[in-house]
This record gives sequence, C-alpha cells and structure tokens, in this order.
Amino acid sequence: MLKRIITIFVLALFVMSVVSCGQAKKESGLKIAMVTDVGGINDQSFNQSAWEGLKKSEEDFGIAVSYLESTQDADYAPNMETLLDAGNDVIWGIGFKMGDTIKEKALANPDQKYAIIDYAYGDETPVNVVGVVFKEQEPSFLVGYIAGKMTKTNKVGFVGGMKFPLIEKFEYGFKAGVKLANPDAEIFAQYADSFTDAAKGKAIANQMYGKDADIVYHAAGGVGDGVIEAAKEQDKYAIGVDRDQNSLAPEHVITSAMKRVDNAIYNVADLLVKDEFPGGTTVVYGLKEGGVGIAPTSDKLVPAEILEEVEELKAKIISGEIVVPSTPDAYTEWIK
Amino acid sequence: MKLNWKELRKTIYIFATEKTVGFTLISIFLGLVVGAIFLTAAGFNPFQAYGIILRGIFSKPSYISYTIIRATPLILTGLSIAFAFKTGLFNIGAEGQFIIGSVVATATGYFLHLPLLIHIPVVIISAVLAAGIWGGLAGYFKAKFGVHEVISTIMLNWVALYFQNFLIYTEGFQKPGGETSYSIQPTANMMILKTWKQSAAGREWLLQHPFWKDLLRTPANWGFIIAIIMAVLVWFVLNKTALGYRLRAVGFNRFAAEYGGINVNKNMIISMFIAGALAGLAGALQVVGVSHKVTLIAAMEGYGFDGIAVALIANSNALGCILAGLLFGALKYGGAKIQPFMQAPSEVVSIVIGSIVFFISIPRLIKLILSRKNKKGGTK
Repeated sequence: MLKRIITIFVLALFVMSVVSCGQAKKESGLKIAMVTDVGGINDQSFNQSAWEGLKKSEEDFGIAVSYLESTQDADYAPNMETLLDAGNDVIWGIGFKMGDTIKEKALANPDQKYAIIDYAYGDETPVNVVGVVFKEQEPSFLVGYIAGKMTKTNKVGFVGGMKFPLIEKFEYGFKAGVKLANPDAEIFAQYADSFTDAAKGKAIANQMYGKDADIVYHAAGGVGDGVIEAAKEQDKYAIGVDRDQNSLAPEHVITSAMKRVDNAIYNVADLLVKDEFPGGTTVVYGLKEGGVGIAPTSDKLVPAEILEEVEELKAKIISGEIVVPSTPDAYTEWIK
Repeated sequence: MKLNWKELRKTIYIFATEKTVGFTLISIFLGLVVGAIFLTAAGFNPFQAYGIILRGIFSKPSYISYTIIRATPLILTGLSIAFAFKTGLFNIGAEGQFIIGSVVATATGYFLHLPLLIHIPVVIISAVLAAGIWGGLAGYFKAKFGVHEVISTIMLNWVALYFQNFLIYTEGFQKPGGETSYSIQPTANMMILKTWKQSAAGREWLLQHPFWKDLLRTPANWGFIIAIIMAVLVWFVLNKTALGYRLRAVGFNRFAAEYGGINVNKNMIISMFIAGALAGLAGALQVVGVSHKVTLIAAMEGYGFDGIAVALIANSNALGCILAGLLFGALKYGGAKIQPFMQAPSEVVSIVIGSIVFFISIPRLIKLILSRKNKKGGTK
C-alpha cells in the first residue's frame, strides 16, 4: 500500500512537471466564454439561460464555448483575465454587477471584444464592448395585465429580489399592467433582500396570500421558488420570471415574464460569425426584438379572451403606442 | 540504487503520524488524489488538470499576484479562527466580523476627508475596532449569559449582513442607480498605482511594457505584507506574552485556569475581541486594497467560512495560517481555470479542499492507512 502511494506520488510530481512545461492545445475557429455572477451556472435564471444560449451557438455555429463561475464579487476581475489569457474572441459578463469590471478591462485591452448582459454604458460604451439590456417592464406589464384581469379578490402581490433599478423595472411594469386591467386593484410589493433565500420568498408570499391576495408575481431568482411553493400549498396563483416556470407548479403558475438572455447571447454569436460584432453599441431587447415575452404555456390557465387582449397590448407596445413605465417617477406619471 | 523500503516506510509513518506538518502534507496529497479520482471518473486527465492549475498559479506575475490577493483575506480570517481555537472558542462569526470591517472601512473611507498618510490608518483602525467590538459582543454574551459563541456568532453574521445592506440603502452612501456604495476616497486607497494605471498616460505606458502591464492589471496592494505581520504578531502574543499564556490556559482547561487565578470571563471577551479584530482587518484590507466599496449581498460571501478551513489546515498555528491561506487561495484561484482551459468542472477544487479538511479531521484514518501493523493484521 505504502509503496504504491509513494510510487503514485513520485509519478504525479514527475508528470505534473512535464505537463506544466507543455502548452495548452490551440483550437481552431471562434471561442466565446462567459463569466457568471455570484448566482452560479445552475441558478435556474439568467446565468443558466446565458449558458444555454452559448451551448446553442456551439451546436449551430461550431463555436468553442466555456464559462467561469464567480463565487464572490472579487472574482469578476481575475475571471475576466483568465478568459482573456485563454484566448477568447468574445468574453461575456453575465449581470450588471460586472459593469465596472468589464469597462475597466475593455479599456486596458482594446483588442479584446467584450459583452455584458443588463448593462448600458450609453455614449461611453468602449468600441470593443456590447451592452445588452432588456425591457423587463414590457413582459411584466403583460403579466400584470393578466393578473389584474384574473384576480377575484382585487388584490395581487409582487415579490422582488433586491431593491435597485433593474428589479424596479419589473415592479413598476407589473403595477402599471395591473392598474390598466383593474384600476381598483390593491398591489402589495415587498423585497426579500435576497436572490437565493427560498424560505423567505415563501414567507412573504404566504403573508400576501394571507392578506387575501390571490396572484403573486416574483422577480427574485431563487427566492421565487419559495413563492411558487407557497402558491402550491395555499392553492393560489403565482407568476414566474426569466424562464417559463410553469413546470415548477403546472396548476399554479399561470404565466411567466420571460427574459430571453439565451436569445441575446445567441444573436451576438451569430453577428460575430458574420463578422458584424456590434461593438460600441447598446443592444436593447424588448417585445419588438423578441427578447422578452410571456411564456408559451400561458394558455393552459389564462382564459383565451384575456390572452387576446394581451396580444393587442403587445402590438400597441411594439408600435410604441404604449410606453411601459420602468421607474417610480414614470409610474406615478403613468397612473394619472 | 537499492532503497531500504522498510526504513523509508517507517520514517514516513513517523513523519505522517507524529509530526503535524507531515500529517497535513499527507492530507493535502490525499485530497489531491481524491480530486484526481473524480477527474478521471469524469473523463478528464487529472495530470493535465493539475498542470493547468499549477500553470494558472505560477506562470505569470499577475497569476502569482492574484493568488496572493486571493489568499490575503483568508490568511486573516484563518488567523481569527485559529486564535479563538487556541483559547477554546469556536469563532464562526469571522464572516460577520469581516462584513463589519469592510462596511466600516468603506464608510470611513468615503465620508472622511483626510490627508493621504493619515487616512488609511484611520480607516483600518476604525474598521478593526468596530469588528473587534462585534466579535467581543459574542464573548460578552458568553461570559455574561452563557450564550454559546457558536450560536451567537452565527446569528451576528446575519445581523452584520443585513446591517451592511441597510447601510448601502442609506441615502448619501448608495451610489445612485446601483447596488453598491460609493467608492472610498483616493486618499484611502492602498492599491498600488491605482489612479495612474487607469489614466490615459498610464494605459499608454503599460501597453509598451507587457511585464508591468501584466503585473499591474491585478489589484496588487500591501495587504499581504500586513497579513504576514499579523500572523507573526499573533504567534508572538500567543506564545511569548503573559496575555497569550492566560488565553491559552483558558483554552486548555477553563476550570484549571480559573483555579489558577485567571479571570476566565474577561479573557473570553478579550479573545473574541482580538478574533473579531483580525477578521475585521481582513474586511478592511479587502476594501482599501481591492474592492474600494461594498455591494449589496444576498448571501454570505464565504471569507469567514473559508477561514475555518484555513485554520483547520494550519492546525490553528498562526504561522501555518499563512501557508494554508496561500494554499487555499491558490487552489481557489488556479482551480477555477480548469473550466475554461479544458472544460473540466471546476467544482473538483471544492472536492479537493473538502477532502483535505476531511482527512485532517480524521487523523486516525491516515494512521490506519499508513500503519503496517494494520496491513498485516487484515480485517479486525
């Protein structure tokens, strides 16, 4: 036994030193990699969706794809550099938390292409960066409209992850939709201060259901799992977010506000293949661009006539007739 | 060459079972073996993976720098836990003390306007004091009400986390439209050449000088030096001073210590204060050296919890924490690279770290594996 251990040890040292001297093999074709935010690659939400988008581009365009997970905010910069050294054509930062890091790295490495989800640099976008943002308020508005029409108690709820402008887009879009459908409806809104604490989501949702709300919409990542769980137990309705979450509770998740991070990533890969990488710009994905929408499974629980009205609203948003509010101020203005 | 296996085996057995260092090294090696088994099972060449990790740590100046930056807070939180261990207390609260340290450092770094040479010490000292009081609170609860420090520190972790989030939401501290606080003033910055390397002239110069560009692309700072000084200081205090003697006496046997005339309660509070101060220093250095701000956090970041593993690997030895922290930082930083370079799951590194801690916690198993007697005796 001992002899074996020693032999393995010596062998390991030897081989390791040999391998260390070698070079990583060069791969032909394009390479795209992404850095996840602290949610990790299996977050049931936008990191996972982003990776699905990359995987799809791997299949369709033969691009070599990889990812690097971050466990702390301090990981973003070193992870970006690791991917830089790995020789990628485009490096994605998934999530607005990487906004500052991407910009800093992009300025320091002008020859490297970067892209980021949920961050817009506006006029200051470096020429080698693409910012991708979504109009989250638009699908939120549509599901809000559905909630406003379907509520029997005239009370609905919203559970947010953490209170900052990105999540507020969900909140105010939703509220506006509810108010349009049902001006008398009361809307409870609460933030969980977490994107992971499912127990807390459940507690908040239970509280809202206890106050007679019958539909709760969440924009809270993993917290939302608890919201849906509560809906199941109380036999009330919930509305999912980011991906089609109907499968989590087929009888209780009436619809989901989808944010197609995967489509956005896939599109940028497509543009890269065509050598049309939109560097220096911000790409906005709304209903018009097919970057957001409501879940295809909505017709299971939502009456057809409401869905028809939703289609009309959708057309109005696309044509610009309705501009959905995304901030507290815009919402106050809109309510008038 | 003819090797005397019997002799060698005996030497290794003694080295691994009777010397702490040897035992730790064997555990680390076994942890790597376990990682290799998982890699092989997943269809990857473990030698290639470990080669990538090694190259990912040593092959560029910036990699070494990142490893050190990664290790710095872990050395200090490890020290914090090791210090409490030595005095008979289990400080699970390093996480919360780290948070208090970083949030106080950000607040003093942003709100105070002081000259360069005074600002950094003021920031660090206030953060260390606040975190020390935070830690001392748990010691006080234990001394006064008999609340076990494991329970109180775990709860204080959450209080600290939500306190940080609460402060970030405060108007005047939150950067508008973001989920972070404002950044600290330039005078409180400890990152080397920060302003210069982000200026146009600096960028231009760095493009011409690849070595410096590579090194300075990391947030290199003086934190590591401070961490080493602290490790030496902790070792000195514990082993060479009357205070350290009293603290250790309480740790060995509090009743005997009390009988010997040592005020146990007071020493518990002191011990938790120092442990808190060390973890708070980690948080403060992270802010002044690396992040320059605090962010809304939805879950614990793990600096304190990783510190528990560091302290375990170091066998609660203050100087050992430096090496264990570096090992930990290196594995975490270098280990992540096997994903982008060979598409191997970087979770393997967590398996390696977990196994190392596991092997260290069960010395008897190692002894069994290495014991000759056991081999001959077969199953018992």
